[in-house]
Amino acid sequence: MQIDISQFHQVFFEEVADHIAAIERSLLAIDPAHPGREQLDQVFRAAHSIKGASATFGFPDLAEVTHALESLLGAVRGGELAMDREIADAVLYANDVLKVLLDDARAYRPSDSQLIRTTRQRLDALIEQAARRVPEPEPAELFGFFDAPAPEPAPEEDPGFGFFDDAYSQPPVAAPAVMAPVPPTPIGSETSIRVGVERVDQLVNLVGELVITQSMLQEASQPLDPAVHERLHRAVDLLERHTRQLQEAVLGIRMMPIAFVFNRLPRLVRDLATKLGKSATLTLYGEGTELDRSVIEHIADPLMHIVRNCLDHGIERPAVRTAAGKPADGNIVITAQSQGGNIVVAVSDDGAGLSRERILAKARAQGLPVHDAMSDEEVWQLVFLPGFSTAEAVTDVSGRGVGMDVVRRNVQEIGGRIELESRPGAGTCFTIRLPLTLAIVDGMAVTVGPATYILPLNHVTESLLPETTRSHSVAGEGAVVEVRGEYLPLVELAEVLGSTVVRDDAGIVVLVESAGERAGLRVDALLGDRQVVVKSLEANYRKVPGLSGATILGDGAVALIVDVAEVVRLASRGAAQHAGAMHG
Amino acid sequence: MKTILSVDDSPSIRQMVTYTLEQAGYTVISAADGDEGLAKAQAQQCQLVLTDQNMPGMDGLSLIRALRALQSYQQVPILMLTTESGDEMKAAGRAAGATGWLVKPFDPVRLLDVVRRVLP
Repeated sequence: MQIDISQFHQVFFEEVADHIAAIERSLLAIDPAHPGREQLDQVFRAAHSIKGASATFGFPDLAEVTHALESLLGAVRGGELAMDREIADAVLYANDVLKVLLDDARAYRPSDSQLIRTTRQRLDALIEQAARRVPEPEPAELFGFFDAPAPEPAPEEDPGFGFFDDAYSQPPVAAPAVMAPVPPTPIGSETSIRVGVERVDQLVNLVGELVITQSMLQEASQPLDPAVHERLHRAVDLLERHTRQLQEAVLGIRMMPIAFVFNRLPRLVRDLATKLGKSATLTLYGEGTELDRSVIEHIADPLMHIVRNCLDHGIERPAVRTAAGKPADGNIVITAQSQGGNIVVAVSDDGAGLSRERILAKARAQGLPVHDAMSDEEVWQLVFLPGFSTAEAVTDVSGRGVGMDVVRRNVQEIGGRIELESRPGAGTCFTIRLPLTLAIVDGMAVTVGPATYILPLNHVTESLLPETTRSHSVAGEGAVVEVRGEYLPLVELAEVLGSTVVRDDAGIVVLVESAGERAGLRVDALLGDRQVVVKSLEANYRKVPGLSGATILGDGAVALIVDVAEVVRLASRGAAQHAGAMHG
Repeated sequence: MKTILSVDDSPSIRQMVTYTLEQAGYTVISAADGDEGLAKAQAQQCQLVLTDQNMPGMDGLSLIRALRALQSYQQVPILMLTTESGDEMKAAGRAAGATGWLVKPFDPVRLLDVVRRVLP
C-alpha cells in the first residue's frame, strides 16, 4: 500500500509549533535555582515529541536539534547537570533555532547547516559537563516481540520492530491485493480537528455573503402582504434566525485565546530586562479570553510595544527602586477580560510613572501649544503624538522608529481605543479596548447625496438636528460647528469622499470622536443603526483614503464604511493649519 | 472488523497511524494519553493496542500493566511504539506484558507489516 506521508505534514507543523511554544512557556516559568519537576518534564516531553515526529515525517534537521536538546534536558532531569541560567539560555536559543527550522520545513527549503551545527555544539558542550554522558540510544533492532519469535529470514536491514512471542513469527500474511474499503466513521476517534486558516476565512466570507443575501430576501419580502404570503414570511424569519446562528458559530471558530499573544511576552520581558539591567516580574491574567483572529493579529505588535515601553521607560533600575522604598523587582501586570462586546486589555506597571514636567518641557521644545494648566489626561495624550518620546536617551529598545503614535493608530485602525493613566512614582496603566471581531461592525447608516455610508458606531457620540447646530465657515477654508459653546471642526462628508456638496441647508451633523479628537460630520439624512458585514476594499479594490471598507446592504446596494479616525485626523490637521495661518 | 486502539500524544503520529490502518480496513480508536487509552479500551473491546511510551499522565508501560490487569485484555496483543530501543526499555516492556515493540521513526509500510503479523 502506498501512503503519501506528506498529507500529515500540516498537522505535524502545527504540532511542532505548539511544542516550541510550550517549551518556551515552561522554560520561562522555571526558576533556575529551583527547577520544578513538572516544568522540566513538560519541556523534556515536548522536545521528545518533536524528535519522534520529525524523524517519522522526514525532517531530519528538526530531529537532530531536538535530539541534542532532549539529551541536555535528560541530563538535567536525571540530576547529572544542575539547571542554571546558562542552560536555560541554551535551551531558549535552541528553541529559537527550532522555530527557524520549522519555518524552513513549512516552506520545504533546506536549512542553514551551519546554524544546526553551532546549535548542536552549544548543547553538546553543556552535556559534556555532565558527570556522565547520557548514553546515546543505540540504533539496534527497530522492532521486536517479547516472546522470542523465530527470527525473520535474515533481514538485510534492521526491521525496526520485534515480538516477544513465537506466535507472531510466521511469515507475514500477504497484503490483500485489493484495498479494503474505508470503514465508516471510526467510533470515538479525534474530538477535534485542525483546519487551515484560509478555509475558515473562506467560511467567514461565505457566511458574510449569506447574511447579505438573507437581508436582501428580507427586504424584498417586506412589501408583500403577510396574510397572502404567510409561508414566505415565516421562511424568511427562520432564515434570518439560522443565518445569525450560523454566523455566530462560524465566527466562533475563528476565536482564539489572547494567550496566543500573551505567550510571547514572558520571553520579551526576560530578554529586555536583561538587556536593560532591570528586573521585573510579569503576571498575566485572563489568558483564556477569546478574540477573533483578525483582531489578535492586529493587537500583538501594539501590546509588545507597550510592554517594551513599560520596561524601558516605566520600571526603574533596581537601585533606584530600592532607594524609593520599592521592591527591587518591578511588576508588570497584564489583564484581559471581556466587557460587553469588547475585550479590555490593561497593561500596568509599578514604575516611575509619567513625568508631567518632562512631557510639557518636551512639548514646548517641539513648539506644541501647551500650558501648565492642562489636566493630567491632556498631558498624557501628548505621549501619543508622532515623534514624541519621553526617554532621556534613545535606546535601541525604544528607538525603533515606532512610537506610541503608531501604537494608537494600530489600535484605532481596528476600531479600538487606548487610554492612559499614570501616577508619579506609582506607575502607569495602559488600557486598550478592542472589538471582538473585525468581520462585523455596528454602524450608523447615513446618506450623502444618492449614496449610503456607514459610520462605525463606536466613533459616533451624538447626532444633532439642523436647528440646534450653528456652523460657521471661517475665512473660506474650514468650517466649525458650535456644540454647547464648543467649536468643533465640521467636515462635509461628501467633500472628503470626493463628491460635490449639493446641499444648501444645514443637513444633519453627526458628532464623532477618535483619539480624543472630535469633529462633526455633515450628512444628508440618518437611516438608522445596523450591523454590517465588512468587506475589505483593499483586498477587493485598493486602499481608498477616508474609507475603511465596504458592505452590501439589504437592497443589494454597496455602502462604503467611513474611516472615521482618518477623517477626523484630516479635519483636525486642517483646523490646526488653519489656526496656524490665522496666527501667522 | 478488527478494532485497533492507538495511544499517542502526538496528533500527527495519531493521524498517520489512524489513516494507515483505516486504509487497510481496520477500525481505529485513538487516545492522546494512557488515561484516555485505558478508558477507551474499557469502553470498547479492541483486538490490538499500539501505545507510545512517553506521554503526559499515564505513560505507555503503566497503560500496558493496567490493560493486562483486565480480564478482557490478557490475550490482546499490545505493541509499544517507542523511540528507545535499548535493552533496558525492552526488558521493561516485556515485564509490563507487551507483545512487541516498534521503533520510532517508522513508516506506514512497516507499521502495517507489524500489525498484520499480530492481526492477520
